[in-house]
Amino acid sequence: MPTALILGAGSDIAVAIARHFAGEKYDIQLAARKVDSLYPLQQDLQIRNQVKVESFAFDATDFDSHAAFYAGLPVKPDITICVFGYLGEQEKAQANWSEAARIIHTNYTGAVSILNIVAEDYAAKGAGTIVGISSVAGERGRQSNYIYGSAKAGFTAYLSGLRNRLFHKGVHVLSVQPGFVYTRMTEHLKLPALLTAQPQQVAKDVYKATVKKKNTLYTKWCWKYIMLIIKSIPEGIFKKLKL
Amino acid sequence: MEKRLANWGNYPVISCDETTFTQVDQVEDMISSHSSIIARGNGRCYGDASLATNSVSTLKFDKVLQFDTSTGVFECQSGITLDQILEIAVPKGWFLPVTPGTKFITVGGAVASDVHGKNHHAEGSFSNHIIDMDVITGKKETLTCSKEVLPDLFWATCGGMGLTGIITRVKFGLKKIETAYIKQKQIKARNLDELIRLFEEYNQYTYSMAWIDCLQKGDSFGRGILIVGEHATREELNAQQAASPLSLPDKRPLSVPFNFPSFALNTFTVKAFNWLYYAKNTKREINNVIPYEPFFYPLDAILHWNRGYGKAGFVQYQFVLPLDKKEGLVEILKRISDAGLGSFLAVLKVFGHQDDLISFPRQGYTLALDFPVRKGLFAFLDELDEVVLQYGGRLYLSKDARMKKDVFWQSYPNAQRFAEIVKAYNGDKIFHSVQSERLGIN
Repeated sequence: MPTALILGAGSDIAVAIARHFAGEKYDIQLAARKVDSLYPLQQDLQIRNQVKVESFAFDATDFDSHAAFYAGLPVKPDITICVFGYLGEQEKAQANWSEAARIIHTNYTGAVSILNIVAEDYAAKGAGTIVGISSVAGERGRQSNYIYGSAKAGFTAYLSGLRNRLFHKGVHVLSVQPGFVYTRMTEHLKLPALLTAQPQQVAKDVYKATVKKKNTLYTKWCWKYIMLIIKSIPEGIFKKLKL
Repeated sequence: MEKRLANWGNYPVISCDETTFTQVDQVEDMISSHSSIIARGNGRCYGDASLATNSVSTLKFDKVLQFDTSTGVFECQSGITLDQILEIAVPKGWFLPVTPGTKFITVGGAVASDVHGKNHHAEGSFSNHIIDMDVITGKKETLTCSKEVLPDLFWATCGGMGLTGIITRVKFGLKKIETAYIKQKQIKARNLDELIRLFEEYNQYTYSMAWIDCLQKGDSFGRGILIVGEHATREELNAQQAASPLSLPDKRPLSVPFNFPSFALNTFTVKAFNWLYYAKNTKREINNVIPYEPFFYPLDAILHWNRGYGKAGFVQYQFVLPLDKKEGLVEILKRISDAGLGSFLAVLKVFGHQDDLISFPRQGYTLALDFPVRKGLFAFLDELDEVVLQYGGRLYLSKDARMKKDVFWQSYPNAQRFAEIVKAYNGDKIFHSVQSERLGIN
């Protein structure tokens, strides 16, 4: 049975992805900062799907620990899905470097650090799939969340470069740009129902995109066109908007 | 985020700020930051029991923690729904010990309503099968309770409508089955007397209930169809069913896409429906082996069937009367028939013995009916309440959206004790719902 590694397994999107891949009979490796908190999900995936599930402690911002974390996995995963992220608070991050650094290090630096290690292994083997959950916020900086957005922009560019490099080694890289998703992270916001996905929809889209070896995925699909429009607004006009 | 929220009856609708959780410490944070909250599962109680300005949705707290396929012990977080449990358990030869008429309720809701099913006379209500459970009280403690440990908390939580705290984990026993099929018998009864005789005659069956046509008068007063069943053994299946006895054929549910206009439901359409339902059984007795889904969950096959009652919503009226008060049943059915307020699929069942703190079931006859919300309905239901009280009966809190405070306090003999336990475990931090305020419980 193939194995999927979920980095940042505590979030709603990660739970949905883990459930979907377990449903497709993948063995699952869950990784998150608080490993104890993963126990219920581990049991749940095993009992519902009769697959093997293990949990590991992983801290995205503890870069020095990443090599040992990956080396310590008893089985190397066939697919690595990088879900962790930190939205943070834009206004706090503008004034407070530790908040800004946390946003940048979780969404960008931490992801680069661990995926570099995974990429080396996959390149050497000439096989594997890497999925990065980035964000549409990375497509254009907006005043309401440009620190998060710029970190995600960096991550998106990293994934595209990684895809370019690893294509020649037989390794596939999928970049995922979710739009609005109903999660704990967003439940205090009023989101437009037509444009907002359930985590289960994101998980299903991600699974299908890996099977079809798609390069980029927008979920919900309409975000591809929304972002096309947003990206096409001339900067002279864009800077005057309150977005 | 604040949104408009209603339960299954679409009445009442209130503004509610609903928050989810995936870890226990998040619940503790919510208790700290709110003066009043209530847990909410899948919103399938009919009335206002899980509605409040601030609600805690358990739907993301839905992990299976343990399933012993040799003993049938099942342990899970409270937000998992029964349909998910069936998906896991049935292929392994286990079934829910008790199930209500919909599988789209959470385990937490099953405990808080102490749900009953067609097997109540034989196997009791849901609480009968609980091994232990965890409740987070207003003092932010997670307390494990059972019939032996903290029994007062346990019994106040079973049927306690979420007022003792947030139920987070439940461990209970499943029931062994050989197949996913039910051997069913349907018998037509020409009137209420015959129907009640049939209940007595077939009381050895594990599952029994009757559909009753409450618009009939004269000789046909209270005519209906008694439906009894047992889990089918492998020998009782036909060749096609026996090929994989623990799985069901795939069936896509239908859905009601929008609210029906209120004129769609009137005495004529209800009469026509009831006539067809009675007439479709051309023989007096029908015996067959059917999948468990249409037997237990006929209405789950139609998603959003509540929209059939229109935008104004509906209330379900379910009461129980003691076994020796059959005349009360007759009187209530007469009043409904006279008022021309009959509903689709009124359901009659005989409860077995039960005597606990605050759960709805007690030995006797229970009848459940739907009434679309319209002018004059509540005054009529207040009259019915008087009859129920007069005969020593009571109403099911999970269906209730309108009962007056006095009716509750007069009909639930342990109400005072229940309120005291709720207070003892929660101090001044309270779990409040629109219902608990209406009934003056806390």
